[in-house]
Amino acid sequence: MIELRGLTKRYGTVAAVEDVSLTVSDGELLVLVGESGCGKTTTLKMINRLIEPTSGAVWLDKTDVGAIRPSDLRRRIGYVFQKVGLFPHMTVAENVAVTPALLGWDATRIATRVEALLELVELDPAEMRDRHPAELSGGQQQRVGVARALAAEPRVMLLDEPFGALDPLTRERLQESFVGIRRRLGLTALFVTHDMVEALMLGDRIAVMSQGRVIQIGSPRDLVQRPADEYVQQLMHTPRRQTEVVDRLLDPGIAP
Amino acid sequence: MSEQLALLPGYLTAHLQLTLLALLFSTAISLPLGVAVTRVRWLEAPALGIAGVIQTIPSLALLAVMVPLLAYFNLQSIGFLPAIVGLTLYGVLPILRNTVTGIAGVDPALKEAARGVGMTSGQQFSRVELPLAMPVIVAGLRTATVWVVGIATLSTPVGATSLGNYIFSGLQTRNYTAVLVGCVAAAGLALVLDHLVRAVEDGVRTRRRARVAVALGVLAALFTYTMATLAAPLWGDRDRPIRIGSKTFTEQYILSAMLGRWIQDETGDSSTLTQSLGSLVAFDALVAGDIDVYVDYSGTLWANEMGRDTLSVDRADLLREVEAFLCDTHGITLAAALGFENAYALAMRRTHAEALGVRRISDLTRHARTLPMGSDYEFFARPEWDALRTAYGLEFAELRSMDSALMYEAVARGNVDVISAFSTDGRIAAFDLRALDDDRNAIPPYDAVILVSRRLVAERPEVLDALARLAGTIDAETMRQMNLAVDEQGQAPSAVAAAFVETLRAKMKNGG
Repeated sequence: MIELRGLTKRYGTVAAVEDVSLTVSDGELLVLVGESGCGKTTTLKMINRLIEPTSGAVWLDKTDVGAIRPSDLRRRIGYVFQKVGLFPHMTVAENVAVTPALLGWDATRIATRVEALLELVELDPAEMRDRHPAELSGGQQQRVGVARALAAEPRVMLLDEPFGALDPLTRERLQESFVGIRRRLGLTALFVTHDMVEALMLGDRIAVMSQGRVIQIGSPRDLVQRPADEYVQQLMHTPRRQTEVVDRLLDPGIAP
Repeated sequence: MSEQLALLPGYLTAHLQLTLLALLFSTAISLPLGVAVTRVRWLEAPALGIAGVIQTIPSLALLAVMVPLLAYFNLQSIGFLPAIVGLTLYGVLPILRNTVTGIAGVDPALKEAARGVGMTSGQQFSRVELPLAMPVIVAGLRTATVWVVGIATLSTPVGATSLGNYIFSGLQTRNYTAVLVGCVAAAGLALVLDHLVRAVEDGVRTRRRARVAVALGVLAALFTYTMATLAAPLWGDRDRPIRIGSKTFTEQYILSAMLGRWIQDETGDSSTLTQSLGSLVAFDALVAGDIDVYVDYSGTLWANEMGRDTLSVDRADLLREVEAFLCDTHGITLAAALGFENAYALAMRRTHAEALGVRRISDLTRHARTLPMGSDYEFFARPEWDALRTAYGLEFAELRSMDSALMYEAVARGNVDVISAFSTDGRIAAFDLRALDDDRNAIPPYDAVILVSRRLVAERPEVLDALARLAGTIDAETMRQMNLAVDEQGQAPSAVAAAFVETLRAKMKNGG
């Protein structure tokens, strides 16, 4: 379980995140949505202490993360970066094995784990293991990114717009894979995106952020049916509006 | 050619010693400093600034400035140490700059990813930043390698043997084979070392163990060999050879070789030559005990070391005063005056001098304004030049400094009209020049004298006795002939010296 209590981050007088409190239950996936600069990535990074909060706290399974050594904390939390961030001087297998190696796993255990993970993210281990990141497509790179985040068997995953930079078809395939993986492993996850379709599709619950604050948290159905304000309503209706635009274009009979 | 190649192992080894040790020190300084700079931001400006300023100092000047600097701190100021210090400083910038650039150039997203997967800042550095910066750092190391190999040839004038010995003495004695051998050897060494460093980096990056092992093995072998040869003299210091110095012109090369041969024949002691020292560097080296014996000129010591500018001094009086000064002030013994003078003399093309009606320097005064004058690197900075100018009111159209080997040709071809020739130089006759009379005695007498260090006198008095027997054995004409044999007939200084010693010994035997 992840618990954010009054989490605040200020840069000088500017508040990037203001008094955010929320809870993610075990096995739940919470999506953070909102416009660029609303503080969703900052919130995510305060959970594994890539950014230190100005005030407030994050609790992970009854422990204040402020009391855990940052590197130890991060080895327990899988993190998928928007820019993927695979290490270009390491092979695919070495990239996936990074955190287990830091934890001092023995070589056989690491090799077995890498094998299993590459299969989990639907990459052929024999073919991919010894390649370098530069030899992979964008979609393959992010599959490796997900495998790397899962390598040390974390209970908790943080994902920062993981599929944002991919083409639509690749994105769809990765989203599907991810849904399957999550179900199978029962992960607790926070997922940042500004793609509303992705949010509605993946999220057990959605938290809408604006100007550093959480304006509403609820299930996708709640948010669509009972939006707290006009902004949330507009946001929740973007997928439907887009569909209508497409329909009109394709069927000239229904002219406005 | 073969006599040049015979020198190669010695010069190449010495060059490797300088290069590898300097590169080792440069790396040891700049790698940690570069890392520190990327961690402590305010260090960057001063560290790169200072390294950059050092780099802008001309390389020869940087090595030269080490001589007085080290002497000030009472360290060995001639020979290996000043060269090593100068070369090390020169190698710092490229490695430092590339270390900083390489580490600073690592994508911030990768640094965040490194933290995100749970690396400590040390692991982030060793597993991500350093490997990613390595190609850039190695590029810096390769730049430093090529620079240091090249600049190490300039170690010769500060008294460290290097491949520069070929170049400096070759240029001086117009032995262009020697110059060529030196250049080719230095370039070859630079290529080989560069290739080895690149092979190590390339092998590490592409993970070819065999390649890394071979390249590292060769480098390690070179290094071990170098350090072993460097350390060897430390054990046998008692029997160390006598070190004979020489300045940067033909006569000095001949005389130093002659002294070595003479000492060997008379006492059985072996000697090594430290060649191509700057005029004042040689004296400082003798005072410091870095060399044991060399030939200087009484007038030079009179003007430079004693700071006298008195004109019209009697040759014998001056010699006595110099001898007393050296003994009292520096504990140096004047073993013998060889018998000839090598004075500075203004010289012109004979035809030109006749056309202008110039015989004496005082005749030159009214023509000087229209004539360009050429000289070696030292002369215009020496007190003798001031004395000449004042005594005769000389104002030349232009003053040009050039290598002393080239100035005779320059005047013969009319590139300049007057040069500061050396009176024993065979090329005065060979190029049909006329040496002008110093009718106002502005230039002091320049007896060639053998100077011996305090230490050698104390440890091996028999050497001093042997050297004293050389008094009055070389007259000006003999010296001119020997110089001409090297400069114009292309004989090796050592061969000319050996022939002289043989003749001298035969003469002494016959004379009693």
